[in-house]
Amino acid sequence: MSEQKHLLEMKNIVKTFPGVQALRGVELNVAPGEILALMGENGAGKSTLMKCLIGIHPPTSGEIYFEGKKMEIANTQQAIQAGIAMIHQELNPVESRPIMENIWLGREPKNKLGLVDHKKMYEMSKEVLEIIELNEDPRTEMQYLSVAKVQMIEIAKAISYDAKLIIMDEPTSALTNKEVDQLFKIMRKLKEAGKSLIYISHKLDEVYEITDRITVFRDGQYIGTEETSKLSIDKLINMMVGRDVDEMFPKVTCPIGEVKLEVKNLYAGKTFKDVSFTVRKGEILGIAGLVGAGRTEVIEAIFGIRHVSSGEILIDGKPVQIANSRDAIRNGMALLTEDRRTDGIFPMLTILSNMTTSNIKKYINKFGFLKSKKMAEDGFKFIEALSIKTPGLLQKMENLSGGNQQKVLVARWLLTEPEILFLDEPTRGIDVGAKAEIHKIITSLAGQGKSIVMISSELPEVMGMSDRIMIMHEGKMTGIIENTKELTQAEIMRYATGSISEKTA
Amino acid sequence: MSKILKANEQAVANGAAASRSMAMVKKYGIVGVLILMIVAMVIVKPNSFPTPNNIFNILTQSSIFGIMALGMTLVIVSKGIDISVGSVLAFAGVVAASLGQASTAAGKFFPDMPVLPIIIPIIAALLIGAILGAINGSLIAYTGIPAFIATLGMLTIGRGLALLYTSGKPISTLTPGFSVIGGKIGLVPVPVIVYSVCILITWILLNNTSFGKSVYAIGANIKAAEVSGINVKKNLTLIYAYCGMLAGVAAIVFAGRTGSVHPGAASGYELTAIAATTIGGTSHAGGIGTIWGAVVGALILGVLRNSLTLLSVNAYWQQIIEGLIIVVAVVIDMRKNAKKK
Repeated sequence: MSEQKHLLEMKNIVKTFPGVQALRGVELNVAPGEILALMGENGAGKSTLMKCLIGIHPPTSGEIYFEGKKMEIANTQQAIQAGIAMIHQELNPVESRPIMENIWLGREPKNKLGLVDHKKMYEMSKEVLEIIELNEDPRTEMQYLSVAKVQMIEIAKAISYDAKLIIMDEPTSALTNKEVDQLFKIMRKLKEAGKSLIYISHKLDEVYEITDRITVFRDGQYIGTEETSKLSIDKLINMMVGRDVDEMFPKVTCPIGEVKLEVKNLYAGKTFKDVSFTVRKGEILGIAGLVGAGRTEVIEAIFGIRHVSSGEILIDGKPVQIANSRDAIRNGMALLTEDRRTDGIFPMLTILSNMTTSNIKKYINKFGFLKSKKMAEDGFKFIEALSIKTPGLLQKMENLSGGNQQKVLVARWLLTEPEILFLDEPTRGIDVGAKAEIHKIITSLAGQGKSIVMISSELPEVMGMSDRIMIMHEGKMTGIIENTKELTQAEIMRYATGSISEKTA
Repeated sequence: MSKILKANEQAVANGAAASRSMAMVKKYGIVGVLILMIVAMVIVKPNSFPTPNNIFNILTQSSIFGIMALGMTLVIVSKGIDISVGSVLAFAGVVAASLGQASTAAGKFFPDMPVLPIIIPIIAALLIGAILGAINGSLIAYTGIPAFIATLGMLTIGRGLALLYTSGKPISTLTPGFSVIGGKIGLVPVPVIVYSVCILITWILLNNTSFGKSVYAIGANIKAAEVSGINVKKNLTLIYAYCGMLAGVAAIVFAGRTGSVHPGAASGYELTAIAATTIGGTSHAGGIGTIWGAVVGALILGVLRNSLTLLSVNAYWQQIIEGLIIVVAVVIDMRKNAKKK
């Protein structure tokens, strides 16, 4: 390499996980003293590429050049030594210990006796904290710091490694505007000091404010890199979403009945504000928005598992009080949670147990025993109706594929005979074939007159399935729009990134 | 505007300062309990409680489980548990005793062995403790089985080894070296000196070494420890090895005090050590705990046992009261950790 134009060059990076090709030969380069934005929809492969870079998931194939030299990074330790530090989206503080021990964890300064030199550690920490302009005593325990300050400490740690490249994965998602300004100030300072930064974010305004260039990924593919000042928002959004609506989502128009559920001016502290919408019988309402926009929180609040500060919920025109999930189920609601693994399934139990757990009372006979024959009948009925692929009802849940697990959960809720179904990312992590089947089930449920509220981060899914689409941005409802043929993904993205907002009833 | 912001920051800082001073109160609260107990006893039993003899008696009686509680503190701070230390003490104790019998002993364990200098049984006990502990630690670190299960296995195995080694018989008539360890230098009992040295070393280990910092990090956030490049598996092995080694030290003190070790010795001591650590404020949620907390915890148990005896409280009631105190201490501990969130 004669001229060292790039600090980092990644070429033709491929990463496959069992069954999934997460990165299909992508490239990325970063110049010294540059802030590069890495953008793309959820699942585009941004975080995967960064994990390849810092040695959490070494790439399947491809080449990485850092400071002109070819590198093989097998673990995080090597990345740190090379001068690459990452500030993860989920922060990792050791809460019960002071700031200074967090910064120097595993690299504590020592005195001649080999004992930790607390005084030196204190001084060194003060220096780093001064760089990031954080006025905190290094001896303060981490648990007393706000999220923003914990984030700043992570940056201080990156600086203390003397990192040449700092990766920030959605660092502003939990910060207030003032804190974001402070973060940007530090980022500019680092840039002036010749450090390079990779900035992963969904927030268009921030990306335009702070970055020099923008690289866009889509579906694990490299789409392009442009100078920020020369790239229009429309073109950027087009780069990010520019695919046609898949044929996987044929919208079957169902007859739509009267209003089933009405939500009026729902507030939940700082989580979300002023959410109002209606869902009719036989209607599918899609909720779009970026991760962290407050979509899950809204349906959890309606379902009674999250505190509501104010607002009203009406079912069939009558106000209802929903204090907990039992109230919600009694009112004919069902919630398919986003995270199957942690919130939904009992992996060690059988399919039948998983199906009947929300509805077990239905199967108790007059002696207090379970009607196992009736249970098995219903179980087989749903295995057939939802075409769940399993050798039998007594198969353990953990042996099923993600798509089939999801179908069992759908069966669980259908057994409670709900009128209103909330589906939170119903097809996340499910292979393409099973996705289409879940979509068919959702459509047929709507056809039976059930009201469906579906959250999805995949725009093609939202646009392919919904009658109307509600869009959220940072805890606010930015719009509810009819899903017409003229509607484009770009338009939804504009609502979802907060660049337009309109109130419709 | 900036004034408001400043005021806000001030309020936040005040809040942090307030919670920090609350933490201080809680931290020293446990010492308050100890002082309260002592003051109450001085008033109720002015003739028998505050005598030098009785004080040293308490310290000596606390020293064996006190030493074990020091190692236990490292283990519990790392979010683990070691219920094998009582059995480890017994095995290390019988081996040390067998190597330290006087020539006059009847039915000597090694009839033809000359009398060895006291350092040999000491090294043997420490080594056995450290090895059994390292086995605990590496099982936990490399197979990922829960600490409770790994050390439950060692609890049974260690006791079995002690019984097998001795054929179930006690080993008595130890060399004068052991009497020195069980005796006094001037007014001060030697077990108290040994305990003090162990406190000092463990305190330095936990507060002033990289290893100590890793113990906290592993307990508080194992992922953070890994991301920071700490060798978690190696450190876990060392933590349990150190805990086992201190059980070996306790075995020597035990042998010195009783002049004889039987294979059933120190049964249940692991629970007393865990209790002392827990009363001293070490959190089973990991990442929180201090050496001096373990010392205060051990002293509270020591003073409690001594006081209840002086007050002629029925021995069975003593156990019930001790149990209540442990549970209350953990409830307080959980409360104080929950409030931080």
